[in-house]
Amino acid sequence: MKTYGMIAEFSSPAALMDAAKQVRTAGYSKFDCHSPFPIHGMDEAMGLKRSPVGYIVGGMAALGALIGFSLQTWVTTDAYPLVISGKPLFSWQAYIIITFALFVLFGAFGAVIGMFRLNRLPRLHHPLFYSEQFARVTDDGFMLHIEADDTQFDEEKTEAFLASVGGTNIELVRGA
Amino acid sequence: MNTSKPTTASTVLEDAPLVQGGLTFRGITEKISGIVEGRTPSLWWLLFGMALSGTLILVGSIGWLVYEGTGVWGLNNPVGWGWAIVNFVFWVGIGHAGTLISAILFLLRQRWRTAINRFAEAMTIVAVICAGIFPAIHVGRIWIAYYMFPVPNQMDMWPNFRSPLLWDVFAVGTYFTVSFLFWYVGLVPDLATFRDRAKKRIKRIVFGALSLGWRGGNRQWKHYELAYLMLAGLATPLVLSVHSVVSTDFATSLIPGWHTTIFPPYFVAGAIFSGFGMVLTLAIIARRVFRLENLITVDHLEKMNKIILVTGSMVGYAYIMEFFIAWYSGNIYEVFAFINRGFGNYAWAYWIMFLCNVITPQLFWFKKIRRSIPVMFILSIFVNIGMWFERFVITVTSLSRDFLPSSWDYYSPTTWDVLTFVGSFGLFFTLFLLFLRFLPMISMSEVKGVMPEADPHHGHTEGLQDKLEGGSA
Repeated sequence: MKTYGMIAEFSSPAALMDAAKQVRTAGYSKFDCHSPFPIHGMDEAMGLKRSPVGYIVGGMAALGALIGFSLQTWVTTDAYPLVISGKPLFSWQAYIIITFALFVLFGAFGAVIGMFRLNRLPRLHHPLFYSEQFARVTDDGFMLHIEADDTQFDEEKTEAFLASVGGTNIELVRGA
Repeated sequence: MNTSKPTTASTVLEDAPLVQGGLTFRGITEKISGIVEGRTPSLWWLLFGMALSGTLILVGSIGWLVYEGTGVWGLNNPVGWGWAIVNFVFWVGIGHAGTLISAILFLLRQRWRTAINRFAEAMTIVAVICAGIFPAIHVGRIWIAYYMFPVPNQMDMWPNFRSPLLWDVFAVGTYFTVSFLFWYVGLVPDLATFRDRAKKRIKRIVFGALSLGWRGGNRQWKHYELAYLMLAGLATPLVLSVHSVVSTDFATSLIPGWHTTIFPPYFVAGAIFSGFGMVLTLAIIARRVFRLENLITVDHLEKMNKIILVTGSMVGYAYIMEFFIAWYSGNIYEVFAFINRGFGNYAWAYWIMFLCNVITPQLFWFKKIRRSIPVMFILSIFVNIGMWFERFVITVTSLSRDFLPSSWDYYSPTTWDVLTFVGSFGLFFTLFLLFLRFLPMISMSEVKGVMPEADPHHGHTEGLQDKLEGGSA
C-alpha cells in the first residue's frame, strides 16, 4: 500500500484555521482542511483563490438563454409559422419568459455539475476513507491532511510539525 | 442611559441563540441522524398508511378520469376551469416557501433559515409534484401531454411559444428542477454524515453513492459555497417569476376579474403567504413529534409568523385594490365582476377567503399570538384554507358570470373533483413522510455553521466585546 498522506485532528475551527496558516507558511502546498461545515476565512488562511464556478454558471446561463431564444425564434418564424392573435411571427416579447427559464435552468446545472467536476466528484472512493477517525469530519471533527506527494513531506518531520501546531491523533494514511 | 439594565452593544445587537438547549456539534448530528436511524415510530406508520390510502384514491380518480374523460369533473360551459386549476395554483403556491427560504433568505443572510430550509425545500418539491399532476391530467388526453414540450415529432408540429400555458410548462418545470438541485446540493454533506455513521453495508453503499464521495475538505467547500450562492442567486428571480407566470395564465386572457396587471405581484405575495402557512403547519407538527424544540425554536416560528403577517397584508391590499381599480376604471364589466365576486353567487367563498387571508393573520401583530403555538397552528390552517379559496374565487367567479348572461352557470364539483383533491394531499404526505423517515430533515452542516462555536473567532472576541460595551455604557 502506498502512503497517501498524514492527517491530524484539531480541537476547534479556530485551531484548524491557525494550523492551516502555519502549514502554509511552512511551505506545504498539497494539504486540505476538513470540517463538518465551511469555515469562514479558511480560503485566505490556506491561500486559495476564488472558485471559478461563477464563470461556468455565467457561461451556461448565457448558453441557455441563447438556446431558448433561438429555438422560439426558429419555431415561430420558420419551422411552424402561425399567426396568433394577429401578432407578428417574430414576437420577441413573448419569448422572454421561456428564455429566462432556460437561462436559470442551464445556469443551475452549470453550478451543480461545475461544482462537482471542480471537486473531482463523484469519486466514491478515496484513500482518506481508509482512516477510521476520518469519518468524524462529517460529524464534529476538524482535521488537516498533508499529502505524501508534497515535496516537503517527510514522515517524521511532518509528524513532528503537525504535533507542534497543535494536531492530535496524528495518523499516517495508506491507500491506493 | 440611566436605566437599571444598561443598554450594551451585546444586548442590543444579539438575537436569541439559534440553537438552544446547549447542543454541541455532536449533539446536532446525534439528534438529526437519530431520527432516521432509530426505530420507525408507530405514529409514522399510522400517518403513512393514511397518506398512502390518499395516494391510492388519487391514482383511482385519475384512472377513472383518463378512462371516462374530463366530463367526470363538474366543469360546464362557461366554467371550463374548475378544481383542477384551483388545485394546481394552490399546490404551486405552497411550493414557493421552500425556495424562498433557501434562496432569498440565504442572500439576505437570515441565518435562522438553516433550521427550516431543508424541510421547506422538501415540501416545495413535493408540492410542485402535486401541482404538476393537475394540468397534466386536465389536458384530457394525457397520452399526448408531450405536445406541451418542444419535441420534434412526425407531424412536424411545435408548441405555441406565445401561450402563457406553455410558459407555465417551462416556468414550473424549471422551478422543480432548480429546487431539486438546490435541495440535493444542500443534502450532500449531510448524506456524507449518514454514510460515515452507517453500520449496515447496504446503508453505507446507498448513502456513499448519494453523497458522491464528499470529504468536507475546504478545497471542496470553496467551490460548494460559491455554487450554493450562485444557485441562490439564480433561484431568487425564479421564485418571483414562477407565480408571476402562473398569473399570466389568467391575466393575459380578456375575462373581467382576470385581466389585471396587479396579478403577478399579487400572486407572488399570495404564494409566499400560502407556502409559509404550510411550512408552519408542518413545522409545528414535526418539532413536536420529533422533539426538535431546541432547533426549531419559538423564535423561528415567530419569524415565520412575521412573514405571514407581511405577505397576508400584501394579499389583503391586493384584494382591496382590485375593487378600487374596478370602480376607478369606470368599466361596467369590471365593476360587475368584482361586485359579483364579493356579493354574487360565490360570495360565501369570497368571504371565507377574506376572513382567512386578510383578517385572521392580522392577529400576528400581537407578540403573544406570534409566540403561541396552538394559536399559530390554527391560524396556519386558516391560511391554507384561505389560499385555496382565493384560487377558487379567482378561477370560478369570473368564469361563471361571463359576457353573455344567457350562458351563465353555477359550477359545483363532483365527487371525483373532491377525491382527486383529497388524493393529492395523500400524495403530498406520502412523499413528505418518506422524506422525514429517510433523509435528514434539518440541514446538519448548515445548523452547525451558524452556531457561535463555528466562528473561527469564537473565544477570541472577549476583548472586542469589552471595548464595545465599555464604549456605550
